[in-house]
Amino acid sequence: MKNYLQLNLSLLYWVFVAPFTGKFFKLGPIFRQMVFIGVRAAPMVALTAFSVGVTLAMQAAHSLQQMGAEIYVPDLVMLSILREMGPVLIAVIVIGRSGSAVAAELGTMKVSEEIEALEVMAINPVRYLVVPRFLAMLVMLPALTIFGNYIGVLGGWAVCRFALDFNTAGYILRALESAQTWELYSGMIKSAVFAWIIITIACNAGLHVEGGAEGVGQSTTGSVVQALLAMLVTNAILTGIFFFGA
Amino acid sequence: MNSNGDPIIEVTNLVRKFGDRAVINNISFNIHRGETLVIMGGSGCGKSTLLRHVIGSMKPTAGSVKIFGEEITQMNEREIANVRKRFGMLFQSGALLASLTVGENVALPLGQHTLKSPDEIEEIVKKKLEMVGLSGFENLKPAEISGGMKKRVGLARALALDPELLFSDEPTSGLDPIMTAVVDQLTLKLTHGEHMTAVVVTHDMTSAFRIATRMIMLGHGSIVAQGTPDEIRNSANPEVQQFIHGEADGPIPLNLSQDAHEDLQHVKPRPFFKHRFHHKTA
Repeated sequence: MKNYLQLNLSLLYWVFVAPFTGKFFKLGPIFRQMVFIGVRAAPMVALTAFSVGVTLAMQAAHSLQQMGAEIYVPDLVMLSILREMGPVLIAVIVIGRSGSAVAAELGTMKVSEEIEALEVMAINPVRYLVVPRFLAMLVMLPALTIFGNYIGVLGGWAVCRFALDFNTAGYILRALESAQTWELYSGMIKSAVFAWIIITIACNAGLHVEGGAEGVGQSTTGSVVQALLAMLVTNAILTGIFFFGA
Repeated sequence: MNSNGDPIIEVTNLVRKFGDRAVINNISFNIHRGETLVIMGGSGCGKSTLLRHVIGSMKPTAGSVKIFGEEITQMNEREIANVRKRFGMLFQSGALLASLTVGENVALPLGQHTLKSPDEIEEIVKKKLEMVGLSGFENLKPAEISGGMKKRVGLARALALDPELLFSDEPTSGLDPIMTAVVDQLTLKLTHGEHMTAVVVTHDMTSAFRIATRMIMLGHGSIVAQGTPDEIRNSANPEVQQFIHGEADGPIPLNLSQDAHEDLQHVKPRPFFKHRFHHKTA
C-alpha cells in the first residue's frame, strides 16, 4: 500500500509538475503504448460490446414484450451501455489484456535487473516506464469505451431491426431521445478513473516483483484480481455519486 | 601507488548489518583517478553488497561513501541521479532492456542525458559498439545475441557517456579467453589513456592481475588483504594464496551456512517438505 501511494505521488509529479520544469514527455513511447493498449484491443472490445448489446436487447425485448412495451428496448440498451456496461466491461477486457501484460512486462524487467540498471543510469523508472503507459491508458480506455458504446448500440439495433419490427431510423431516434449527453460523460469519467486504477495497480505490481519467474506470475495474477475488485467497487461508488447523489 | 590529488571514491568504516549479522564489517578504502581497483572474494562474501553501497543503491548501517568528493549515503534520489550521470556500470548479466535493440540500448543514456541529435547519437553508438567488437549488431534484439555479447553491449552502454568512473560486476565471466583479453585491453586503454577510474569485481584471476593497479580481497564482510598485484601475489596470507591459485584445500571454509549467506536470509525451512522428507526416510 505504501509502495502504491508512493508510485501515485511520483506519477503525479512526473505527469503534472515535471513538464513545467522543462522535462517534457517523449511522444514516441506514448504512441507505441497507445497502439498496444488501445488499437490492438479494438477487435476484442468490438466483439464483447456487440454481444452485450445483442444480449441486452434480447433480454429487454423478452421482458418488455409481456407489457407490450418493446418500443422502449432502444432506451434500455442505450442507457445500460452508456452508463454501466460500456465502461465496466471494456475495463474488464483491458485489465485482462493490457493490465496483465504491463504487470508481467515490468515484473520481468525487475527480475532481470533492467529496472536497477535504469536507476543506476540515472533514468527514473517511473518517468521512463510508467508515465508513457499511464498516459496511453488514460487516453485509450475512454476512447475504447466510446468505440465500444457504438458497437454495443449497434448490437441492440441488430436485434430490434431483425427480430422486432423496428426500422433503422426508428431505433436511432428512440435511442437518441432516451439518452442525454450526461449519460455519455458519466461513462467517460468512469473509464478515466478506471484507467488510472488499472495502470497504477499493474505498474505497481510489476515494479515490486520479488523472486524470479514465480514472483512475476504471482504478481501478475494479483494485479488482475486487485484491479478487477478496485474497478468494480469504484464503479459502484461512482454510480452512487452520479445517479443517486443529491 | 599513483595518487593524483583527491580520491575519486572514499569509503570509510562502512558497515551494513542484516539483523545482527554484519555483511559488510568496517570496510575502508580509497580509489584515485586512473586506478583500477579489483575487488575479489568468494561467493557470498559481500562483494556485490559492497558495490551496491558504493553506487548508492543500498544505504549503509554506518560509515560513509564519498564519490567525486560528495557524500552519497545522505543524498536523496535526485542528487544520487546527478552523481550517477558521471559513472557507468556494467551489470553481471548485462541488464540490457529486452524491448530495445542493441543500438537503442547503447543510445539510451545519450538520449536521456544529453541534447545530442539522432545523427550524433548514432555515430557515438557505432563507435562504442566498435570498441567492444560488435560493429553491425545495432539492429538485433538482446534475445538474439549470446550472453557474452550482451555483456559487451552492456559495457558499450556503460561507456556511452564517456564516464570518469566505471563499475564492472564480473565483466569477463562468460567471455571466451580472446574476448576477455579484448575487454581487459579496453579497460587498460581507458584507464591509462583517458584517466578513467575502474572498479572491477571479478573471480577471473588472469584478468584481475592483468588490469589491476590495486586489489582488495574480501572475506566474511571484511578486507582480508589489499595491495598492488605484486603484493597480493606474494602475500603470506594463506587465504589469499588459496584464492588466487584456486585450490580446493585451504583455510577458506567451503560450506556456507544459511546464516552466512546474505541472499538467503528470508528463506525459512518449510515444514511441509521437512515433514514429507522425514516421512519418506522413516
